[in-house]
Amino acid sequence: MMKVIVQTLAVTEMNLRALRSRVPSSLVSIIGIAGVVMIFVGVLSISEGFRRTLELAGSDGVAVVLRGGASSEMASYFSPEQVQIIQQAPGAARDASGPIASAELFTTVDQTKRSTGTAANAPLRGIELAGVRTREHFELLEGRMFVPGKNEVIVGRGSALTLSGLDIGSAVKWGNNTWRVVGRFADGGSVSESEIWTDARVLQSAYSLGGAFQTVRVRLESPATFEQFKDRLTSDPRLNVSVLTEHQFYAEQSSTLTTIVRTAGTVLGLLMGIGAVFGALNTMYSAVAARSAEIATLRALGFGSVPVLVSVMAEALLLGLIGGAAGAAIAYFGFDGLQTSTLNFSSFSQVSFAFAVSPALIITAIVYALLLGLTGGLLPAIAAVKQPIVTGLRAV
Amino acid sequence: MFRFLPLILANLRRRKLRTMFTLASICVAFLLYGLLAAVKNGFEAGVELAGADRLVTIHKVSLVQPLPKSYYARIAAVPGVSLVTHSTWFGGKYQDERNVLQVYPVEPESYLAMYPEYLMPKAERDRWLQDRSGLLVGRGIANSLGWKVGDRVPVKSDIWPHGGSYTWEFVVDGIFDNRDPSGDTSLMLAHYDYFDEGRDFGKGYVGWYIMRISDTNRTAEIAAAIDAQFANSPAETKTGTEKAFVQGFAKQTGDVGAIVTSIGIAVFFTMLLVSGNTMAQAVRERTNELAVMKTLGFSDGRVLALVLAESLLITLVGGALGTLGAMFVVTRTGAALGTYLTSFILTGKALALAVVLMVLLGLVSGVLPAARASRLRIAEALRR
Repeated sequence: MMKVIVQTLAVTEMNLRALRSRVPSSLVSIIGIAGVVMIFVGVLSISEGFRRTLELAGSDGVAVVLRGGASSEMASYFSPEQVQIIQQAPGAARDASGPIASAELFTTVDQTKRSTGTAANAPLRGIELAGVRTREHFELLEGRMFVPGKNEVIVGRGSALTLSGLDIGSAVKWGNNTWRVVGRFADGGSVSESEIWTDARVLQSAYSLGGAFQTVRVRLESPATFEQFKDRLTSDPRLNVSVLTEHQFYAEQSSTLTTIVRTAGTVLGLLMGIGAVFGALNTMYSAVAARSAEIATLRALGFGSVPVLVSVMAEALLLGLIGGAAGAAIAYFGFDGLQTSTLNFSSFSQVSFAFAVSPALIITAIVYALLLGLTGGLLPAIAAVKQPIVTGLRAV
Repeated sequence: MFRFLPLILANLRRRKLRTMFTLASICVAFLLYGLLAAVKNGFEAGVELAGADRLVTIHKVSLVQPLPKSYYARIAAVPGVSLVTHSTWFGGKYQDERNVLQVYPVEPESYLAMYPEYLMPKAERDRWLQDRSGLLVGRGIANSLGWKVGDRVPVKSDIWPHGGSYTWEFVVDGIFDNRDPSGDTSLMLAHYDYFDEGRDFGKGYVGWYIMRISDTNRTAEIAAAIDAQFANSPAETKTGTEKAFVQGFAKQTGDVGAIVTSIGIAVFFTMLLVSGNTMAQAVRERTNELAVMKTLGFSDGRVLALVLAESLLITLVGGALGTLGAMFVVTRTGAALGTYLTSFILTGKALALAVVLMVLLGLVSGVLPAARASRLRIAEALRR
């Protein structure tokens, strides 16, 4: 046993040192695998970034109330009386001025997207002042809060980045109404940062949306009171509502898009991976062919087949590792944090998000690259071992 | 040239495994190319097919804001407008949240007149026109959902409740094709009257208007005349060509075209390396033989041509297999993807480009080894 290990180490070391003489063809394998990993990581980082924006920002301590059966905000509808009932339900956190809750409504306005220079649906949300306290990470970065009753808006960090003309102090005209941008806010990277906020009642009258609201957000006393709050509302005969935690609500909103992108990324990665394995097979076969005399000599000297097998596999794995690491590094430096935006079909408006190359994604990618190397090395390794010693020696 | 085909084939057979692997990796590359091209077409076809003589009027604030139904007559009265119809976003899910439908309540007669590219048997057309709860369904989506004429289908709206319920009952009255094979058949048309009477709120409003104009040279003028009708009203409008409308909407998703193209380039470049490397190896191994051939009187040009032909053969065969595979996948899954991607198909243009790419890949990966082979000095080569 000991002898096998010693031999394996010796042959592997020799082999890896000799890699230098096979740089061009090894490089092809490495670039092939790096290309696969780069695309794989790049596409999946889109879905990861989108998920982060919509899902991870959600809190369990905030309830979002929608009309029963409505799967998105656009489909939801509450009268002022219903809003009253929801806000007074037990389980909601309160302060001196009453429950910390916000009745909201949502529409979209046309605003120019920086990247394309064409109009895009920007989400314009009407909130009550308590609304900022139902968002745990809300933070005013610049300027001030809008004054209720005035045509003033504050813009999310994301929309300020992806849409043009939303600098503080500037005036924007949507339809017959002119709005003044008075502040810029952040919300822990959540989807709110893609939005533009104003006073709910101003929004209702500006675009003749009646007295109706679409959602009610309620800050709970604690995450534990959610069930109580939910039961109370769903059993109230005056209401027909679905009650979700903010976390559940966001997860539902993002599921379609993340599923599509993740499926596309996986299919693309697998197919390219197959292509790259063939490339790696070619490289490893020619590496074995180039070393056939050397391998035969070793075998004639009494080296076993296991050390030879392992040495070929080790070379393939090393190529996979270098390729994988290079691909992941390119993806990380090229894509991570890249700000972009897309149309979120569940709200029919722009959501801006950043590509996220997470550590888990990098690990997955490198494991995948090693797997590609392993697959590409296995057959050539077996071929190297099976080669009759005499044939190999004749090549000398 | 064909006289040398056996020689080329023999060379390829020299290392069967290597030839097979190279073929396979090129095959995979073109399979990917085919799929990417179909995806790209899915996102962009709408723009190319949009009618040049059709205008779209939406609310000035946003597409999501509705327009009064009373605008219909006023738009029809604008000089230069020969036909008006309207449509509204209904959304729709069938059974599962994942079966996303595009249902549009429309004004039936004028809508079909506006889109003559929708083809269906006359009996089905008549039945739909008379049936208020009828649905006219595109072929693509009907196939993927397995709907037949006469089916009674519950569709859940994303936005509109009627009597408190979001589920609407429709009857499939007809299935339509698109005259252009890459045209959209993923949508469904319902009767606006049935929808408007049933819905709980928003009555009397439509999503957007579509107009045909008699003279495409006066597009800007007519669009401005329409918008002028409603200036300073509570619902001001914005009018543009259908093409600009579809394009603007497609761009909201992000630049899918650019993403797909850059992925495609990455794939292509990787495969170029792989096949280029293989060809270089194949030529290096045969240095001796090539020298012998030259001694026998093969000219430099002929040696060059032989090596190039070999690499072209590999890329053409591999590429053809991959493209066929992509065609197979696309025709099989096109209908299933219909809910997400309209016209997920391989166009003739994409196929032509595939052939160009095959030739290019063959030439570029073969040219260095071939040049080296043709420049070979016989005496030197034989010495090795």
